[in-house]
Amino acid sequence: MEREETPSLHGRRRLIETVLGGGLLASIASFLYPVMRYLIPPRVVDLGGDQVVAGKVGDLKPNGAKIFRFGTRPALLVMTAEGEYRALSAVCTHLGCTVQYRGDLHEIWCACHNGFYDLNGRNVSGPPPRPLEVYQVNVRGEEIFVSRKRES
Amino acid sequence: MDTWHSRAGRWILALALGAGFCALPAGAQQNSCLDCHGSLDPPLQVTAEQYARDIHAQKGLNCASCHGGDPTKADMDAMSKKAGFRGKPDRKQIPEFCGKCHSDAAFLRQYNPSLRTDQLAQYKTSVHGQRLAHGDSKVAVCIDCHGVHGIRPASDTRSPVNPLNVAQTCSHCHSNAEYMKEYKIPTDQFEKYSKSVHHEAMTVRGDLSAPTCTTCHGNHGAAPPGVGSVRNVCATCHVFQSQMFDKSTHKAAFEKAGLPGCVVCHSNHEVKHPTDAMLSTGPQSVCVRCHTPGDRCDQATTTIHAGLTHLQGAIQEADAVLAVAESSGMEVSEARLNQDQARDDLTKARVTIHSFRKELVNQDIQAGLKVTAADLEAGKGALRERDYRRVGLAVSVFFILIVLLGLRAYIRFIEREPNTSEGTS
Amino acid sequence: MGPMARAREWLEERIHWAEIIAPLKKKTVPRHKLSPWYFLGGITLFLFMIQVCTGILLLLYYRPGANEAFESVQYIMTRVQFGWLVRSIHSWSANLMILTAFAHMFSVLFLRAYRKPRELTWVSGMVLLFLALGFGFSGYLLPWNTLAFFATKVGTQITGQVPVVGHAMMVFLRGGEDVTGATLTRFFGFHVAVLPGITVLLIMIHLALVQYFGMSVPPGVEQRWKEHPEEVRGTKFFPNFFLRELMAWYIALGALGALAAIWPWELGTKADPFGSAPAGIRPEWYFMFMFQTLKKIPARLWFMDGEVAGILVFGAAGALWVLLPFFDPVAKGRGRRFVMGAGVFALAYILAMTVYGYVAQ
Repeated sequence: MEREETPSLHGRRRLIETVLGGGLLASIASFLYPVMRYLIPPRVVDLGGDQVVAGKVGDLKPNGAKIFRFGTRPALLVMTAEGEYRALSAVCTHLGCTVQYRGDLHEIWCACHNGFYDLNGRNVSGPPPRPLEVYQVNVRGEEIFVSRKRES
Repeated sequence: MDTWHSRAGRWILALALGAGFCALPAGAQQNSCLDCHGSLDPPLQVTAEQYARDIHAQKGLNCASCHGGDPTKADMDAMSKKAGFRGKPDRKQIPEFCGKCHSDAAFLRQYNPSLRTDQLAQYKTSVHGQRLAHGDSKVAVCIDCHGVHGIRPASDTRSPVNPLNVAQTCSHCHSNAEYMKEYKIPTDQFEKYSKSVHHEAMTVRGDLSAPTCTTCHGNHGAAPPGVGSVRNVCATCHVFQSQMFDKSTHKAAFEKAGLPGCVVCHSNHEVKHPTDAMLSTGPQSVCVRCHTPGDRCDQATTTIHAGLTHLQGAIQEADAVLAVAESSGMEVSEARLNQDQARDDLTKARVTIHSFRKELVNQDIQAGLKVTAADLEAGKGALRERDYRRVGLAVSVFFILIVLLGLRAYIRFIEREPNTSEGTS
Repeated sequence: MGPMARAREWLEERIHWAEIIAPLKKKTVPRHKLSPWYFLGGITLFLFMIQVCTGILLLLYYRPGANEAFESVQYIMTRVQFGWLVRSIHSWSANLMILTAFAHMFSVLFLRAYRKPRELTWVSGMVLLFLALGFGFSGYLLPWNTLAFFATKVGTQITGQVPVVGHAMMVFLRGGEDVTGATLTRFFGFHVAVLPGITVLLIMIHLALVQYFGMSVPPGVEQRWKEHPEEVRGTKFFPNFFLRELMAWYIALGALGALAAIWPWELGTKADPFGSAPAGIRPEWYFMFMFQTLKKIPARLWFMDGEVAGILVFGAAGALWVLLPFFDPVAKGRGRRFVMGAGVFALAYILAMTVYGYVAQ
C-alpha cells in the first residue's frame, strides 16, 4: 500500500495531515467545551416549578413581609405578628398589580385600586373579585421553602 | 238528592261540571283590555307582547291593578267606573300613582323584599320633582325613564334604566336643545360624556361599575352635585387622588375661589384620559389656566412633568432592548416581569400628582427608575450573551471550515493520480 | 513499532482484528453521477447519533411531569451553561433528521434501490421512518408548552377516529381519556426508552442488510456497466468514501450550530389544560400535509365520515408504501411504472400540502 513518495509529496502529506489533525482536534474541542460546562450543575439549583426558597430565617421581623419570585410571578412572604409565616401569590386578582403587606392593618393591600385581602388570601374589601392563591410554607433549617399546595 | 242518584242525573252533573271547568280557565285568562287595545293605534296601543314582557304582568298584576275596571267584561263594559276604572292618569299625578305601591314597603315585600321604596321621597327632592310640584309637566316623571307598558327591571340590559342605557335615556330630553330651551342649561352633556373615558369603560371594556349620569347625579333624586360636593362624588372611586388633594394646598384655594374641585382640571362630562401634557406648558396644560408661567408653582410643575417623561422614556427604552433580546432568542422573562413593577410606579407617580408636592412624586419616579435601570441592564446583558454566543459560533464554524478544507485536501491528495490513486479502481 | 501498530497487534492476537476489518477494507461504493445520494442515509444516522447524545445531556436536567416539565426546560435554557445550545441543537437536529430521512427514502425510491434482493432493507427503513415520526410526535410534547399541548390533543384525537381500534389507541397514547400529565409521562417513556430501544435494534438490522448486500446501483447505470464492464467505477469505503461522509457530517454540524445560535428554539408559554386553544394550532411541519388534508376533506365522503375516510386513506397509503418493493416486479414494467408514479405523486402531494398548510394560516 505504501508507494514511493517524493520528499515534496511527503512534505505536502505531512502539511495536510497536520492541518486536518489540528482542525479535527480544535473542532472537537469546540464541541466538547460546551458539553463539559453543561455537565457542571449551575449554582442556582432547580427545585422544580413547585418549590422556591423564599428567604432565610431572620430575613423578616414579626409583622413584616417581602416579595419573592415564584415561578414567573411575584409572591408575598409574610411573617405575622405572632411569628407565623404565610405565603401567597402577590398578583392582585383585580387587574394584576403587585400587592403589599400593610403592617398597620395586618392585611394585604393593593395600592392600585384600594383592594384588601386578609392573611388567608380572602378578598375582603375593594374591587378584587377572587381570593389570592395561598402557598405552603416549610421552614427547613435556615431556609424558608414555599411550594404550591398539593392537591389531594 | 234523588235526582243526582239517577243515571240521567249523573250525566247532567258531569256535563255541568265539565262545562264549568272549561269556562274557568277562559274566565281567568280573559283580558278584554288587550283584546281591544292590542289592535288600536298609538297612543292607545298596548300590544300583548309589551304586556308579556312587563315585570308587573309577570308578577301577576294586570291592567286593572293600575287602571281599575274589569278585564273580564267585554268591550267598553270593561272600563266601567263602577269597577273603579281610573283611565290614564295625568302626568302630574304619575309619581304619586306609581308611588302608591312603590313607596309601600309592606306591600312591595310580597313581590320583592329587596326593592327600595324611597324612590318617591327622593324624587320629591330632585330638580324634576320640584319643578313638577311647581306645575312644570315637561320634566321627567316615572314613565319617561322606565317606560309605561312593557317595563323591564333595571337589571335587564334592554331596560332604558339599565346602567348601559342610562345616558341615552337622559339624553332624550337633555340633548334636545329645542325642548330644553327655556331651562337655559347646556344640552351637550351626552355628547361630551360619549367622548369620556367613563363612557369608554362601560361600552368598550364592559365595566358596569363605570359612572354614568345617575352615578354622579343620582337617579330618582337627580340633581347636579353642588360645587363643594363634586369632589366627594369623584372620591367614591378615585380615593387616593381625593385623599391627596385634601391634604394639598389646592383644596383650600379652590374652596375659597368657589371652584368645583376635580372638575376644574378634569371637566365633568367630558372626562378624558389624563395625559402628562396636562402638566406641561403646552396647549394642553391645565395649570396655566390659573398660574403664571415662570412662577414657583410652574417650576414645580415643570420638574414633575420632566420626571414623568423621564420615567416613561426609561420604561420604553428597557422594553425596546428586551424586545430585541427576546426576538434574538434570549430568555428575559424575569426582566419583562419586573417592567410591570416600573409601570405600576409610573401609575402611582401620576396619582401622587394630586398632592401637588414634587418631592412625593419624585419618590415614586425614583423607585420606577431603579427598576427600569435593572431591567435595561438585564436586557443589555442578554444582548451581550447573544453576541458572545455568535462569537462562539464563529469560532466553531471556523474550525469546522478548517476541517472541511483539510479533508478536501487530504482526499484530493490520496486520489491525486487517476491511474495510481489509492481510492478508485 | 509505533504505538498504533502495537495496539493493532495486541487486538490481532485476541480477536483477530485484521479478519474483522478485512471486509470493511475491501468495501467499495459505486461511483457514478448519482452517487451523492448515497450520503443521505449516513447523514440521517449521524443526526440520530446527535439526538442520542443531546438527548442524554437533556435527560440530566429535564423533569417529566406537568408541574415541572416546562420549568425544567426553562431552567435548561436560562440557567444551565450552554443548555440553550444543547436544547436548540436537539430540536433542530430532530427536524433535520426527519427531513433527511424523507429525502433518503425518496432517493432510494427514485433510484430503485429497493429492488430484489433489498426488499427487507426497504421495509426496515420504512419502519425506521415511522419511528422517527413517533420520536418527533412524542418529543414535541415534552416541553409542555401551549402549542405542544394542543397539537398533541388534536393529533391523538385524530388517532381516536380510526374505526374499531381508534378509541383504544387514543386512550393508550394519552394514558387516559384526555391529554394530561399522564400523557406527558407516557410520551416521555416512549421517547427515551421504548422508541430508542426499537430504533437501535432496527438500525443495526438495516445497516447489517446494507452491508450484506452492498450499495445498489441505479438500473440505467447497472445496464451500462453490464455492457461496458471497463467503465465500472467504485470508491473505497475506507478511507475515501468515509472521509467524504465525514465532510458531510461536519457540514451538518456547522449548520446545526448556526441554527442553534442564531435561531434558538423558543420556549413558548406553559400549557394550561383548562385554557382555550390559541389560534394557529398546527402540528410540526412533517405532519402538516396530513393535517391540511384532513382539514380540507369534505365532511362526508361517500358513505363515510370525511375525517375517518382521510385517516383510512393515509393508513392504507402507509401500508402500501411499506410494501412498494413487492409491486415493482409485477406485470413486466407496469408494476415499476406504478411505483415510480406513486413516488412522484406522493412527493408532489406532500410538498404541495405542506406549503398549502403554512400559506393558509
